[in-house]
Amino acid sequence: MIKLPPLPAWARLPRQPLLRHLLFAVVGGVFFYLLTQSLSDFNDFEIGELAVYAIAIAGLSLLTGVNGQISLGQGAFVAVGAYTLAELQVHQPMNLVLELLAATAMTAVVGLVIAVPATRLHGPYLAGMTLLFALALPFLSDKYSNFFGGDQGLTVPPPSAPGSIDPQKWLTWIQLFCALVVMVLLANLLSSRFGRSFRAVRDDEVAASLAGVHVARTKVIAFVVSSACAGLAGGLLALSSGVVNTGEFPLSLSIFILAGMVLGGSGTIFGAWWGAVVVVYLPSQWSQSLASTFHFNHLLSANFAVIAFGAILVVVMLVAPSGIQGGFRWLGQHLVTLSTRPEPTGNISVALQHTTEPDQTGDSSAAEQLPSSGGR
Amino acid sequence: MDNQAPGALAVEGVSVEFGGLLALDAVSLDCRVGEVVGVIGPNGAGKTTLFNVICGFVRPTSGRLAVNGSTLRRHRPHDLARLRVARTLQGVGLVQGLTIVENVMLGAQALLRADFVSALFGAWRSSREEARFRSRARALLDQLEIGEFADRYPATLPYGVQKRAALARALIAEPTLLLLDEPASGLSAEDMTELGTFLRSLRDRMGIVLVEHHMDLVMSTCDRLVVLNFGRVIATGTPEEISANPEVTEAYLGEDVREVTRGKDRTSGA
Ligand SMILES: Nc1ncnc2c1ncn2[C@@H]1O[C@H](COP(=O)(O)OP(=O)(O)OP(=O)(O)O)[C@@H](O)[C@H]1O
Ligand SMILES: [Mg+2]
Repeated sequence: MIKLPPLPAWARLPRQPLLRHLLFAVVGGVFFYLLTQSLSDFNDFEIGELAVYAIAIAGLSLLTGVNGQISLGQGAFVAVGAYTLAELQVHQPMNLVLELLAATAMTAVVGLVIAVPATRLHGPYLAGMTLLFALALPFLSDKYSNFFGGDQGLTVPPPSAPGSIDPQKWLTWIQLFCALVVMVLLANLLSSRFGRSFRAVRDDEVAASLAGVHVARTKVIAFVVSSACAGLAGGLLALSSGVVNTGEFPLSLSIFILAGMVLGGSGTIFGAWWGAVVVVYLPSQWSQSLASTFHFNHLLSANFAVIAFGAILVVVMLVAPSGIQGGFRWLGQHLVTLSTRPEPTGNISVALQHTTEPDQTGDSSAAEQLPSSGGR
Repeated sequence: MDNQAPGALAVEGVSVEFGGLLALDAVSLDCRVGEVVGVIGPNGAGKTTLFNVICGFVRPTSGRLAVNGSTLRRHRPHDLARLRVARTLQGVGLVQGLTIVENVMLGAQALLRADFVSALFGAWRSSREEARFRSRARALLDQLEIGEFADRYPATLPYGVQKRAALARALIAEPTLLLLDEPASGLSAEDMTELGTFLRSLRDRMGIVLVEHHMDLVMSTCDRLVVLNFGRVIATGTPEEISANPEVTEAYLGEDVREVTRGKDRTSGA
């Protein structure tokens, strides 16, 4: 273990989780405010998208990275949020805050309906079911095209900015504000007993249930929180794209969100931001310039972003499974190690050291001790 | 729930069948608060299965179960913590993605009161409770002399430390019934002696059912023993009675445990 000299009290992060998370949010808020002040409208738009994707990715990260449930349907939940907001604006316009809350709540409810059966499934089956949901949604909006606005979809006017504030900046700030609030809430949740049960269920359902964790309920909670995030992201996305139709939410959206989560570093709040950076900037800019440089044909260039993501995803999962955030953490630890002399490790009292006698049963995992088909 | 009831655990005529194999055959067993009951028997005798039935992972085909005075019917594992039953798993069973202190806090799940909303908003109600249980967990780790490892992840730690942490996780909720599945496996001799002393010191607060292969520990720790073989109780009694029981001695004692397990076919053929 590395012993750093203790920091002075003023330089330490507050121990109280809420204060610590609020501090991060304020710093982030100031950073983004200064950033939007110095950038063009288009860049502001992209930063808004960044915030939106960060919300969706953070939600998925909680579900997949922290709770171990793989979902390929996050994009479909984004669509539910977007449609909810758009429908509200068409039929029952109200205060934007209420509309966004409604989009979040509606998606949470849809998430709950899906979660109750879905969370009984494991690994590929769960992924399959969420994928099915993602595939079913465009079908539904086709079938009830009157309600969902057909091919043109529903138009969503941008929120009106107060005073002389630039409307694009105003929207970006709304999106950023929502993202920061979501991050604070998720960070609170993760540092609470719920975060602990999410992780426990991910790693060892048997040990978790013996400790008193209601495994099924815990999975449902994670699923619903994750969908709620997607719903809010959808509502905010509707505001910036101005129109909600099925073309806005292709299956690749779910894949991008998943890729962003893995690349950024699954299970961490900061990772969600890195993932959002990748999702927002990689497809639009790199893939186009690459595609034109190499004279890809139309079909290939249209799908190039997805292909590139797939390839990068595989490489990252093999080389750096903890993503960008994991890379930064690794870097941080190694810089610390270089700058301080490491204390000798393994200085463990002999009484505690385990004898090398490996019991015949010593390493069997908890799961092995239970009936695979057992009546749970 | 009646905690004054004599039995922390009552198992009556429990049978379990796995596709034709009778893993438990009308097993009866009880354990009172203040008692350490040892369950011994060769590998595959059904000891872990007995715990799985008590904890609700396996449904018995017949029989009756009661813990801390309440009869269990179609109960599920997470219900047990609320009934103040704790169990350690064979092996280690720590959650790899949680630090040692978080693993211990996990054991207090059934005592936590913070609701979802207060957790989401980081309310005082939630964070104060977390802080309280964190310090309680640290105190318990200190008591078990592994306080220095509180913030490490299990995989990096010696086996003995992990076993102690698993014990701490079972103890933090102050169970009245503690089920230990081979707590001494992989421990050094000193660790095992300490474990025995520690378990005796817990006795006045809870009933303990100890499944263990190490005879020294079993003999020095337990008040009563139940011997299982092929799912059947072949003997019960005090350690003295059991070691004087010719059937058991012949089948089991007097030999090193590892000898017994290796010579399982031999003992079963006899
Ligand atoms: N889920 C299951 N399905 C089928 N058979 C099982 C199952 N669980 C246990 N068994 C069988 O039941 C018998 C009892 O197993 P159990 O794990 O209870 O033994 P044990 O006494 O704990 O042994 P050990 O000392 O090796 O831990 C064994 O023959 C085992 O193979
Ligand atoms: Mg066993």
